[in-house]
Amino acid sequence: MSTLLDTSREDASKRDWQHILHFDAALLFGLLAISALGLFVLYSSAGGDTQLVTRQILRLGIAFGGMVIVAQLRPQWLQRWTPWLYGLGLTLLIAVLAAGDVGKGAQRWLDLGFVRFQPSEMMKLAVPMMVAWYLSDKRLPPTYSRLLIAGALIVTPVLLIAVQPDLGTSLLIASAGFFVLFLAGLSWKLLGGLGLLATAGAPVLWHFMHDYQRQRVITFLDPEQDPLGTGYHIIQSKIAIGSGGLFGKGWLNGTQAHLEFLPERSTDFIFAVLGEEFGLFGIGVIVVIYSFIIVRSLYIAAQAQDTYGRLLGGSLAMTFFIYFIVNTGMVTGLLPVVGLPLPLVSYGGTSMVTLMAGFGILMSIHTHRKLLAT
Amino acid sequence: MQRSVQALIFAAVLVAVLIGRLVYLQVLAHEHYITLSDDNRIKILPLPPNRGLIFDRNGLILADNLPSYRLELTLEQIHDIDSTLDALSKLVNIRDVDRKRFEKLRQRTPAFKPVALRFHLSDDEVARFAIDRHRFPGVDIVAGLSRHYPHGPLSVHALGYVGRIDERDLQRIDASDYSGTTHIGKVGIERTYEDVLHGTVGYRQVETNAEGRILRTLVRTPPVPGENLYLTMDAELQSVAEQAFAGKAGAAIAIDPSNGDILAFVSQPTYDPNLFVNGIDTETYEALRDDDKQPLFNRALRGQYPPGSTLKPFVALGGLEQGIISEHADTYCPGFYRLPGKARKYRDWKRGGHGTVDLTTAIAQSCDVYFYDLALSMGIDRLHSYLSLFGFGKRTGIDIIGELPGLLPSRQWKRATRNLPWFPGETLITGIGQGFMLTTPVQLASATATLSEYGRRLKPRIVASTQQYDDIELTPVPFEPLADIPVEETHHWITVINAMREVVHGKRGTARKIGKDSEFDIAGKTGTAQVFGLKQEEKYEADKLAEELHDHSLFIAFAPIDKPRIAIAVVVEHGGGGSAVAAPIARIILDQYLVEKPS
Repeated sequence: MSTLLDTSREDASKRDWQHILHFDAALLFGLLAISALGLFVLYSSAGGDTQLVTRQILRLGIAFGGMVIVAQLRPQWLQRWTPWLYGLGLTLLIAVLAAGDVGKGAQRWLDLGFVRFQPSEMMKLAVPMMVAWYLSDKRLPPTYSRLLIAGALIVTPVLLIAVQPDLGTSLLIASAGFFVLFLAGLSWKLLGGLGLLATAGAPVLWHFMHDYQRQRVITFLDPEQDPLGTGYHIIQSKIAIGSGGLFGKGWLNGTQAHLEFLPERSTDFIFAVLGEEFGLFGIGVIVVIYSFIIVRSLYIAAQAQDTYGRLLGGSLAMTFFIYFIVNTGMVTGLLPVVGLPLPLVSYGGTSMVTLMAGFGILMSIHTHRKLLAT
Repeated sequence: MQRSVQALIFAAVLVAVLIGRLVYLQVLAHEHYITLSDDNRIKILPLPPNRGLIFDRNGLILADNLPSYRLELTLEQIHDIDSTLDALSKLVNIRDVDRKRFEKLRQRTPAFKPVALRFHLSDDEVARFAIDRHRFPGVDIVAGLSRHYPHGPLSVHALGYVGRIDERDLQRIDASDYSGTTHIGKVGIERTYEDVLHGTVGYRQVETNAEGRILRTLVRTPPVPGENLYLTMDAELQSVAEQAFAGKAGAAIAIDPSNGDILAFVSQPTYDPNLFVNGIDTETYEALRDDDKQPLFNRALRGQYPPGSTLKPFVALGGLEQGIISEHADTYCPGFYRLPGKARKYRDWKRGGHGTVDLTTAIAQSCDVYFYDLALSMGIDRLHSYLSLFGFGKRTGIDIIGELPGLLPSRQWKRATRNLPWFPGETLITGIGQGFMLTTPVQLASATATLSEYGRRLKPRIVASTQQYDDIELTPVPFEPLADIPVEETHHWITVINAMREVVHGKRGTARKIGKDSEFDIAGKTGTAQVFGLKQEEKYEADKLAEELHDHSLFIAFAPIDKPRIAIAVVVEHGGGGSAVAAPIARIILDQYLVEKPS
């Protein structure tokens, strides 16, 4: 404890403005760097469409604004309101199934009259918060019965979202919840059991999938089988990345992207444009910045002074990582096409605000620590 | 703390896998991908399947594919579209409609994909363009096959036609199955059997140079052509039947009662389906659409007519089978009928009446009063239940899309649609096939076939068999039995059929004119369907009425009586009495089908 006290004192002057504004400079720097680079890539993939870039800047502004606001909230306050937030989210999910708008064949939106709202977005934060809240008031590692309840807290919203159907989001929320359990010290024995269960559950999941979802899995396993239909994305995106080589074809010079071979090049497949135009080197820079953000976030979580902050922060960091790895894995042909954006770089995405709110929570956890001596 | 480190290790391992993958794609396999992407762009070209052909029952071709040339522009290779179009218009004829369609297609086609500007280039145009080809990079002549109907308007209402795929079609097909395919079945058999006729798209992956010229094919998966269809229809019979209408509007259906095969499917007038294949011009289309005789209207499938007196044999059979009348009971016909206690007169078509009639005379001379009386005794409920056994009021399920159900009225129907009770007077007129009741020619022919087969019901069908493109063998489409009509007494059926024989061959039968010199026995029934109702005491005088108010002329028949080979329903719109117009047409069709021709 004394070392912590000492460093705090030592850094007090340096961290002063960060504490007042509740910023974490390192994290902020990483996020801004990714966003800026992303705008360059977006400008190219959109074929010089400045309107698109302007809209993206606006959206980034809103997301960063959201982050700043959330960062001001004290973690204790967040913790107190967690069950209410979770309860509200769950209610809205049920409402969406009962009365939601069908957009693109899935019931995801709730029309409140003045604003259309996607309750599943809220659950991306509410589920890890709730599990962290539940587990943090008793000793860790949790007992089996408490694990079972925590599991139910995760599975209920995940199923409600999966039937909308929105497989991508439900898997993301499941993983956010899972990481809280993992950080809480879920035993390896149980982890192995869960792994087996997931393997056994795959055929069951297949049974409940929609045709387009099954098609994505089949296409992933053998993209050449349907080169004109769904396989086209993966084939073209691999060509884009592979042809980029070490240093890429240069900004605005990607033939795959500019001759429209590459579908969804501004949204889910923007990583392929990056690979084509900036090569392995450019991708390396981006991967380093993403890794930095993840490491910094995990560090912040590890430094948290209470269990709630530690569990929640760690889960948020890992959720960000999952976004990144699933998107890049999909674009490089390692994973099936699941329609997750590359965070902060892909155009659009309601998920950006949620994601940045998550970073706001991380900053709040870090900057509201009590300096024990003062 | 320890768990955070483990999570970090987990993330690090996955990032390492990702980097490994990127190194593989961008360093190790870079040469491969750069080839695919940069110097030699890979293109995936769809190979559209050839559409299956359609033959009649004797193997005469009704729909085939002819070679045709179209002009395509690949926009990414053209610097100045407008000047290219201007220059092209000096070589080939480019109309405003072509240009408009091109502009529309261009908006939703990626730049590297070709867009069609003209279809069906003439040989001259092909030759002129070939000479100047070097001046037009990105412009190509593409050979393809185009649907052609060699017999033009013949049987168009059964065959239907193909047309260019439009927005509406895109909603019901999987676009990738139609890559490279420009046309799709729009109506008729072409639409109903689209799945069978279309085939499976193939593709090839090709390497092209920077100008888009194909250097070599990497992978080729050949398309599977669509299957051929062999119809139950006899084109010669069809042609004779269509000519028999001599320009009058109407419909005729001929069915083989033993298996439900449609032998002729006539709806007159017709139009040339070839007009629609590559887009009909507005003027021609408006002329067809606004034509008084409505050639685009499929009367055989969608025309709903009161059956008139052609319903009488079915009503009579119902009366016998349900034990309401006996074969020899007489009714007196004074020329009109009154409901007990009511003043309103329901007229017989014969002013003076038929005198004393039994069932056979009632059918042979089409006595209305007999059937008013019978219908009243049966009541609408029993009438409805017996007639529905023959399929009246329901779609027959014929394999051509768009069939209408007709209407067999009932108490429930009237309550549900008009919220009114059923009145006894309505039962009377239902008994002679007037009032609310409506049938389609397909339905009427099917019911006649069922009658000729003593209640054995078969679903009418027009496709007899299919054939794989590389196969000589035909795969028959099984014919579908429907629920048979229970037979109480076979001699009831014989009585009705004999009465129908009297219609044609009896001394005073309403269709005796066509029976005089017939080589075979015909059972028939005339019908006249009122287009508008006459007031009490008003007289129907054809020459004083506008033609569109003239009665419809109907005739049903089957022959030979002892072993029926063909059953027919004929409707001639505004043709007047059934005996005068519809029956002679039926006779022509029967002769064509049944009389052995010296070969």
